[in-house]
Amino acid sequence: MATTESSSVELTGSSAGYGVDNPAPVIEPPRARTARTPKSTRTNFELYGWLFMRLSGIVLVVLVIGHLLIQLVLDGGVSKIGFAFVAGRWASPFWMAWDLIMLWLAMLHGANGLRTIINDYAERDGTRFWLKMLLWTATVFTILLGTLVIFTFDPNIR
Amino acid sequence: MSTATLDKQEPKDATGSAAVELITATFRIRRFNPEVSAEASWEDFQVEIDPKERVLDALHKIKWELDGTLTFRRSCAHGICGSDAMRINGRNRLACKTLIKDISPEKPITVEAIKGMTVLKDLVVDMEPFFQAYRDVMPFLITSGNEPTRERLQTAEDRERFDDTTKCILCAACTSSCPVFWNDGQYFGPAAIVNAHRFIFDSRDEGGEQRLEILNDKDGVWRCRTTFNCTDACPRGIEVTKAIQEVKRALITRRF
Repeated sequence: MATTESSSVELTGSSAGYGVDNPAPVIEPPRARTARTPKSTRTNFELYGWLFMRLSGIVLVVLVIGHLLIQLVLDGGVSKIGFAFVAGRWASPFWMAWDLIMLWLAMLHGANGLRTIINDYAERDGTRFWLKMLLWTATVFTILLGTLVIFTFDPNIR
Repeated sequence: MSTATLDKQEPKDATGSAAVELITATFRIRRFNPEVSAEASWEDFQVEIDPKERVLDALHKIKWELDGTLTFRRSCAHGICGSDAMRINGRNRLACKTLIKDISPEKPITVEAIKGMTVLKDLVVDMEPFFQAYRDVMPFLITSGNEPTRERLQTAEDRERFDDTTKCILCAACTSSCPVFWNDGQYFGPAAIVNAHRFIFDSRDEGGEQRLEILNDKDGVWRCRTTFNCTDACPRGIEVTKAIQEVKRALITRRF
């Protein structure tokens, strides 16, 4: 049972000068759990966030596919879209409600998804905080602006 | 060098039909020794071994015959102590349950430490954060009232309810295969949730509410993205993702 050894890499880090009394630093994983890890926050925020993603997702499938069909496929497709087309649709409270619900659900759904991605990938608490501040600012701005436009749209503007 | 060849055995007598056909397999092992270098690096070992042997046998052969500095954990070597979980050919497995013939030995077999934990030396990692998460879900029977004079009885159906999650051997193959855990060690990880599940759904236990409250936390079950890495990694065949989903369902049905 002859065995042959071929070590392609020599483990001699002589330049670094590490030894038994001077070991190299080990690489800690980000945010390891310790006994001092903050204990339960006792809120149901994550539960509601998880539920919201599922429920809003179901509603958005209907709203968004309907929206895409009306805007891009049916009745002449994208070429029909113009000021008159939008004004005509928003004359009806039904389409105003459709667009308003779609705006709110899509923005909150996307923002919550990005929030979980930031929670997953941001290592430092500071990075985490500022990325979320940026996210919430952008979300609130877009939702408020869209809501304002839907409710104050004036078809006679010139 | 890395191609496996079936070595011809010397012609045996007529009764030598049980002769073992050895192959030459290359093991590419991720080495790290903080007393030598701050850098981890790959090192190739070639061993002649029966393909029906396990990866652990090859590691033993390397440690005992080629390089005694190779460091890895193993205790029982029969798939029940959970010491030798490692990343073999890019998948978390137990070295003592992985046959060499099953992992295409004609190519170099990569062996490295499980991910998401501090590598201390070669294949040995610091398991403390993993066990901290395990302790945090209170993995012990919680009851109230007087101790019964005899054993706590349970129907076969009640026992069956959590049977799958009793199989866990705490090898950390699931937790260290979870991408959420890689990025954020604050997440409890699949193994801790599996062991909470084992008591939450035990009819004799009365601490289910507390454990559900702990896993309702922002680092609890809601961080699971159902990527099923844990179910694929579990050497005991536990349906880990299903157990996590059952805890989620219990939290929602408790609430509504």
